[in-house]
Amino acid sequence: MSFKYWIKGSLTLTLVSALGLAAQQNSTPATTPPVSTAVQKQPPAQPQSEGERVFQQNCWRCHDAPEGFSPRISGTIVRHMRVRASLSQHDEQVLLKFFNP
Amino acid sequence: MQRPTLKIAPRASAHAIRCFLLALVVLPLAQYDSAQNTPLISGGGAFFTSTNGGNTNYYPITEPVLAAPLGQHILVESRASLLESFSPGGGSQPGYIHSHFIAESYLQGDFLALPRLTIVAGHYLIPFNTYNERLSPPWIGNFQDGPLISPLGLLQGGSGLGGMLRGNAFASNKHSISYAYFYSTRRNAEEFAAHRGTGGRASLYLPEQRLELGLSYDRLLQGTHENFYGAYLWWEPKDTGLRVRSEAARGHHAQGYWVEADYRLKAFGGFDSAIGRIEPVFRMQQTLRRDTIVSDGLPLVNTQRADFGLDYNFPHNIRILTSYARQFSSTGNRNVWETGIAYRFLFPAWKGK
Repeated sequence: MSFKYWIKGSLTLTLVSALGLAAQQNSTPATTPPVSTAVQKQPPAQPQSEGERVFQQNCWRCHDAPEGFSPRISGTIVRHMRVRASLSQHDEQVLLKFFNP
Repeated sequence: MQRPTLKIAPRASAHAIRCFLLALVVLPLAQYDSAQNTPLISGGGAFFTSTNGGNTNYYPITEPVLAAPLGQHILVESRASLLESFSPGGGSQPGYIHSHFIAESYLQGDFLALPRLTIVAGHYLIPFNTYNERLSPPWIGNFQDGPLISPLGLLQGGSGLGGMLRGNAFASNKHSISYAYFYSTRRNAEEFAAHRGTGGRASLYLPEQRLELGLSYDRLLQGTHENFYGAYLWWEPKDTGLRVRSEAARGHHAQGYWVEADYRLKAFGGFDSAIGRIEPVFRMQQTLRRDTIVSDGLPLVNTQRADFGLDYNFPHNIRILTSYARQFSSTGNRNVWETGIAYRFLFPAWKGK
């Protein structure tokens, strides 16, 4: 790949990164995570629980959370995400606890 | 449509999803030891339209996902694609031509062998870069078509047949390292088609910076043994609605990259406000041919493309995707207009007591 194309790509990435930083500085701290209704109905512990941290760092990376789901499938969802997102067993457990406090 | 799941060789019969349906019937017979481990049915349905160079195509698509835990250490999961395609006949054929595809994308068993090791067996998605495993479902991707370079590294199909080792090698509050290694055997039959190949992916995630870097490599072990190299960088600044994703890939005959950014307007009442549900999206991508041998699904000539999208996230897991793209190449520049609506579903496989 020629050098000038990499330069163009790098400049584009830098530009969107700068926009992100600006947005980060201008926004107010999050009080409600962009998560499902099911999760939002369970107020996160203060300070942020480990499960909530795992949720925000791993799930939202790829997709918006589904808007509510039955607690009967929470274990299945977490196991599925353990495989897909390469979560450790510990992260799987705290995430399951976050879904079912 | 560039989505890899649609690029799998069309199989005009229901053979490809027989196992998916069989699993759906058999799994309720298993005993489940936890009230939280009920098998689930998830997935999405979408209706997409694409106007490319003046021709409008319509794609209703459904992609159901089945996930069923067995005992404490096993998960069986599968995804299928059911696509209808309506394309203009052109020439001597007035009206629209209709065709349909049914394809199983993956059907795999996951054995949680160790806290940091999962053994996967079956027909699985190739873990090359990120698009194939993470963004290809129509209810997740910000654009209805995938990046131009998405076929690179997918061993001419997107799925492998064999085994995979994957998991989280190390995790702390400051960094996390994940890995995946696979070996796929060759299978020419209609069901579970795959090419012989091997490869893997390693990634480093920095939770404080919300930054993820990864490297991929795989090698086709049949025909001309081709190598594929990939790298990706994802960044989601904390407490913002911004996500930046990018990938680069280099194949035997072509290479390229894409950079995508999407932003949820959180500052106007949060993500669930009317304005917060608006999601502007931008993607820049480029492909470059290394020779004139075309076997990888990428454009025949060097191509640049800029996509401008505006998505809207309705309540109840409904999403509208719209985009305009301008594509530049020596064979002619063209506009690509896309609109679509996607619905995501997620529910237990059967009714609870």
